[in-house]
Amino acid sequence: MSRGLLLFKDIDTPGLTGIETYRKLGGYESLAGTLGHKTPDECIEIVKSSGLRGRGGAGFPTGLKWSFVPKNSPKPKYIVCNADESEPGTFKDRELMVLNPHLLVEGMILSGYAIGANAGYIYFRGEFAYVQAIVDKAIAEARAAGLLGDNVFGSGFPFELYTHLGAGAYICGEETALLSSLEGYRGQPRLKPPFPAVEGLYACPTVVNNVETIMNVPHILKNGGQWYKQWGTEKSCGTKVLSVSGPVKRPGNYEIPLGLPLRTLIESPEYCGGMRDGLKVKGVIPGGSSVPVIPASQIDAGLDYESMNAVGTFLGSGGVIVIDDQTCMVDALWNLIRFYRHESCGKCTPCREGTYWMGEILERLEKGEGREGDVDLLLDVANNIFGKSFCALGDAAAMPVQGMLKHFREEFEYHVKHKRCMVNRRRQAVMEVTA
Amino acid sequence: MSHAPVMPVEAPAVLEWPEAVKAEVAEAISHYPVKRSAVLPLLWIAQRTWGWLPPAAMQLVARTLELNEPEVFGVATFYTMFNLQPVGRHHLQVCMTLSCSLMGADRLFKHLEHKLGIGHGETTADGRFTLRRVECLAACGGGPCMQVGLDYYEDLDETKVDAILEKLK
Ligand SMILES: Cc1cc2nc3c(=O)[nH]c(=O)nc-3n(C[C@H](O)[C@H](O)[C@H](O)COP(=O)(O)O)c2cc1C
Ligand code: SF4
Ligand code: FES
Repeated sequence: MSRGLLLFKDIDTPGLTGIETYRKLGGYESLAGTLGHKTPDECIEIVKSSGLRGRGGAGFPTGLKWSFVPKNSPKPKYIVCNADESEPGTFKDRELMVLNPHLLVEGMILSGYAIGANAGYIYFRGEFAYVQAIVDKAIAEARAAGLLGDNVFGSGFPFELYTHLGAGAYICGEETALLSSLEGYRGQPRLKPPFPAVEGLYACPTVVNNVETIMNVPHILKNGGQWYKQWGTEKSCGTKVLSVSGPVKRPGNYEIPLGLPLRTLIESPEYCGGMRDGLKVKGVIPGGSSVPVIPASQIDAGLDYESMNAVGTFLGSGGVIVIDDQTCMVDALWNLIRFYRHESCGKCTPCREGTYWMGEILERLEKGEGREGDVDLLLDVANNIFGKSFCALGDAAAMPVQGMLKHFREEFEYHVKHKRCMVNRRRQAVMEVTA
Repeated sequence: MSHAPVMPVEAPAVLEWPEAVKAEVAEAISHYPVKRSAVLPLLWIAQRTWGWLPPAAMQLVARTLELNEPEVFGVATFYTMFNLQPVGRHHLQVCMTLSCSLMGADRLFKHLEHKLGIGHGETTADGRFTLRRVECLAACGGGPCMQVGLDYYEDLDETKVDAILEKLK
């Protein structure tokens, strides 16, 4: 049975990581049909017309981003793939690359062609060394087949593709930090503007796109923008891979048409099949750990950019974290804030100090040492990080706090008053371990 | 799974690239228009070669790329995956972030602490295991999970993790 509509359609075909099987299923046909047949500008127009938006988190229109690359710059241009996949709750790019690496290679060549780049880099998080090896093998096969090098497919277009391994730092998923890291510096963000499209890698025009975004490109260039719109809503076009985690019956990656109700994803036997062990949904973080949680009462909302915004959250990276009714929200939020405190790069004060203080307050609350006014103080710190930090990691650390306090404030107040959790199955389970 | 031999703390003051990795070092440098970009790839090669990054290894990377030592040191310390101290033959990195925590990571970690008699960041006396809490490994749907060397282990529980430890000699 196929697991998805487009990117996951043939993904379980045995041998797909090899170039022969990939080609048998139509792989590299898009490349053959594009080089020498469509101009780079035509490619950009087709991607624009598809409505494809960045799948890495921000949802920025891909074709529009490509069109910002200056055409007459004498500098070399670069296409960089963000394979850092470090947003908690997100694990789609890993599976996509492990099972279908040639689609990424084909997408990188085509995206490079469209923006006028002759070199591309794929930046993996350090933990993905084994994924890098799989993609490197695909690159070697493509090179041997004449699909990379001085003369791709005999079209006269030269293109080289390299992989680069990070070494453990969430911030390197942020595109300017990623570029600093790729240049051999500490992975700290840079001021925008200038945007990477104008001044990116080695101060040259650079497009950074997520793995899933790039993997859509060969399909779109082959079949057209209108074709891609057979899925999705008017403004959120196409398919999206959602990574579902937490105590559902069948966690995993599901490729859905954008707009599918969140409830269907969680409850339908076609997808996650509901909750396990008699648990109920308490809240859902729908777009990776950085977006605000929504309560169970709002899970009829559609999984598309606009519908998620309408309920005060974001589709983000598509990391759906399902939280059950036996979990303490104070404990859950403390867990997330420990992550941001650990990953704050330390460059700016609101984020560096703010994540520290949010952690301190949450630890007090969770341990039953919360003071009168702590809940307001926590919100105040979050509000002072939000919009006042150097890069989007600051907002990403503030939004989980704002979301939790908007919908589950009474659990936090309960901690101040009663010095304990309303419920906490996780903690109970830990206490059972003795031997 | 293979693992690198771990160089003892009393590392030599000067290191050179062994013959076996010289081609890999040159290949890595050739991937970039600017030499400095090869700093992470070279630090990785060094860590694979010596099991961790003794100061002499960072000096070697600096010499190779014509950088100042403090610059390489500054890069190496920014990232969490470079071992600036020797680690055990098997580095157990257990994800503790929310999705895994919801599925029992905290309990699993406590079990490992009891079983191995060590805590976060510690190494067993025989040098076999180092235990560490880490943040999200991008395997959240298979939580709780851990990474050991290059390998991912998912959907863990106490029984499964015990069986895995048995195999890691
Ligand atoms: C703290 C932080 C972490 C990020 N991590 C990732 C990541 O792991 N993968 C990713 O594709 N984008 C990540 N992004 C978004 C990137 O900055 C960038 O918007 C994206 O790679 C652009 O590609 P897209 O337009 O194809 O989505 C992150 C952003 C921030 C602020
Ligand atoms: S917001 Fe946080 S991660 Fe971003 S620059 Fe400031 S300290 Fe670094
Ligand atoms: S939360 Fe554990 S792998 Fe993502």
